[in-house]
Amino acid sequence: MTIARHILVALVEDRPGVLNRVSSLLRRRNFNIDSIAVGHTEQPNLSRMTIVVEGDDAKVEQVRKQLDKVVDVVKIVDITSNESVARELALVKVKATASSRSEIIQIVDIFRSNIVDVSSDSVMVEVTGDEEKVNSLLDLLRGFGIREIARTGRIALTRGGAGPLQVEESREVKVPKQAPKAASSEAESPPDW
Amino acid sequence: MKKTGAQILCESLVREGVEVIFGFPGGSVLPLYDTFPQYPKIRHILVRHEQGAAHAADSYARVTGKAGVCLATSGPGATNLVTGIANACLDSSPMVAITGQVARPFIGKDAFQEIDITGITLPITKHNYLVLDANDIARVVKEAFYIAQNGRPGPVLIDIPRDVFQQEATFTYPERVNLPGYKPTLFGHPAQIKKAAETINAAERPVIIAGRGVIISKAFAELKDLAEKAQIPVVTTLLGIGCFPETHVLSFGWLGMHGMAYANKAVYDSDVLIAIGMRFDDRATGVVSSFAPQARVVHIDIDPAEIGKNVRVDVPIVGDIKNILEVLNQQIVPCEHLDWFNQVDKWREEHPALVIRESEALLPQYVIRQIYEITKGDAIIVTGVGQNQMWSAQFFFYDKPNSLISSGGLGTMGFELPGAIGAKVGRPDDTVWCIAGDGGFQMTVQELATIVQENLAVKIAIINNGYLGMVRQWQQLFYGRRYVHTPLSGPDFVKIAEAYGIPALRVTDKKLVVSAIEKAMNHEGPFLVDFVVEPEENVFPIVPPGAALVEALEMPAPEKVTRSSK
Ligand SMILES: Cc1ncc(C[n+]2csc(CCOP(=O)(O)OP(=O)(O)O)c2C)c(N)n1
Ligand SMILES: [Mg+2]
Repeated sequence: MTIARHILVALVEDRPGVLNRVSSLLRRRNFNIDSIAVGHTEQPNLSRMTIVVEGDDAKVEQVRKQLDKVVDVVKIVDITSNESVARELALVKVKATASSRSEIIQIVDIFRSNIVDVSSDSVMVEVTGDEEKVNSLLDLLRGFGIREIARTGRIALTRGGAGPLQVEESREVKVPKQAPKAASSEAESPPDW
Repeated sequence: MKKTGAQILCESLVREGVEVIFGFPGGSVLPLYDTFPQYPKIRHILVRHEQGAAHAADSYARVTGKAGVCLATSGPGATNLVTGIANACLDSSPMVAITGQVARPFIGKDAFQEIDITGITLPITKHNYLVLDANDIARVVKEAFYIAQNGRPGPVLIDIPRDVFQQEATFTYPERVNLPGYKPTLFGHPAQIKKAAETINAAERPVIIAGRGVIISKAFAELKDLAEKAQIPVVTTLLGIGCFPETHVLSFGWLGMHGMAYANKAVYDSDVLIAIGMRFDDRATGVVSSFAPQARVVHIDIDPAEIGKNVRVDVPIVGDIKNILEVLNQQIVPCEHLDWFNQVDKWREEHPALVIRESEALLPQYVIRQIYEITKGDAIIVTGVGQNQMWSAQFFFYDKPNSLISSGGLGTMGFELPGAIGAKVGRPDDTVWCIAGDGGFQMTVQELATIVQENLAVKIAIINNGYLGMVRQWQQLFYGRRYVHTPLSGPDFVKIAEAYGIPALRVTDKKLVVSAIEKAMNHEGPFLVDFVVEPEENVFPIVPPGAALVEALEMPAPEKVTRSSK
């Protein structure tokens, strides 16, 4: 059993309380959340969550299935082993004097990041990238004195294809008056295995 | 035509076939109560505490198979429901709980009797709603009943502000639900079913563990087919009791902490375990590391999150049990498993868990057995929690589904009396016996008034041992016999019953047990018998906490035994 970081991505109904349902379930099942990021998607009324948690595969799979049971969660997949691109964003306010400013700008350039605000005694840096890149830049800037940091959680997309969160065309469920008799197994949504 | 939110709610409930609501009024639900007289089809049963409403609705749901409905006002009314909602959640009981909320302009202001009940019940409901617009009520009710009753059942709470009850809106009841995030898998994957059949066909020592899922799915005939076709011994969980006739030759009782030694042994020695509609609760498995160590496990359940949660599973099948067994049974090769059957049957002879020790004293087990004899097993038994519950499960033989109603997952003392009310309301033509602990009975005793007001012919047997018996037993066995705060002084239960208007008897002598039960049965209305039983009688077998199922302590050997009538 190896503890590793997992990236779960979820498509959720865009309703009040959804974030609460997800985070409270993770807390109840004893999971530490590294980060959660939520935002709108290409589909109306649906938001996308990227949740980073730590745990062994079996435990994460268990919590994924529990989250899948949340009615407002339309679909949730673990994309840890998929080829994917993950990014996070940080805004950093760094102390800057007339003499240190140019050195800061140089570092920021090397990281292909941006200076987004300048004041008499500080600059604000915007950096986007994977966690490692953001951390390395922060380490370098620390020497100048950091005033404030704001960091988003991670967001991620798998490379190529339609993506693992594609949902079926029809979102309507007809309430069956009576359960159909014959097992039309293949037609049903296939289980996870 | 425009209707008020309260009318829309009632119309929607009628559309869902709701016949009974267990409730208790208050300020925020007054507009709803004011509307009830327009809907005489809905019977409202006034409880004496909202916990009773939730337990009654839960129990009603178990005996009828359709969602039970409970109703409470905002604030304390809503919080009083919480225990009952949690109870329904852990036992997968379909329930729709409706709560009033303060009017919309007051939400978030800590207004009088404002409580965040959707927040509080988040982890103990399948889903919940705060309805902020009367136009949403019909859709929400439709969804709530759909979610509560489909897939793995459970409680759904609907919180409605007072002014939304009064708001006018047009009523149309939706025909469909649109819940992209809720689509339970109903049919098992054919490849998995095939794999399960191969596993079962290759088994030498197969055992079926059948849980409450079989009852929920109404898969009794299919389960029986499977067991008989391949002559597989059937063991149930506590909540699965009754899903397979206990008097059937292939029935080997139930497993777990107080289960029969032979059931636990059969599971331990099995080479293939077919777990159907059960969730490997720790009270059922004992220490998991030594649970069925040699077995390949086939697990059939509608809830994918139960697969592999507690116990490693070799062949999972997700879907509705009835559907799955229908397909699976066709692929099962008829077989005898004669050696294995004889082995398990021999264990049954060697570990006669259901024998009542010979004694002049009034033993609780004897009381339960006599209720079984006199009702001829044709009754619904609703139990409390503790020793009375275990004896009820052991010494009564259940041949019909939903004939034992008990709080399993939450183990809620006080479930017995309101639970019996729900069962009697749901199945008015059946005999309902409430088997109460003297401790648990005092937690919800006020519901005696509900029984009288509604004239419900519930028969009540108090197993009065003067102790919080199950806790006392643990103190005796595992805490050096130090009975810290478990001796229990009760009131005079006969006088209590009479004060509420229920005739009652006290029995202290074994010889009077039969006549007391007969008297209770022959009386038309409700009746209470206070059985003052042997105070320090213990429940055996017992698997000590942290031990494996096969390490159960059994009844200390008696000198003489009376063979059970089974
Ligand atoms: C609400 C609640 N509180 C505490 C417990 C812990 N508990 C489990 S069994 C038991 C004793 C029950 O006593 P009684 O109702 O007299 O039943 P007996 O075991 O004596 O038959 C207690 C206190 C519980 N299950 N539920
Ligand atoms: Mg007691």
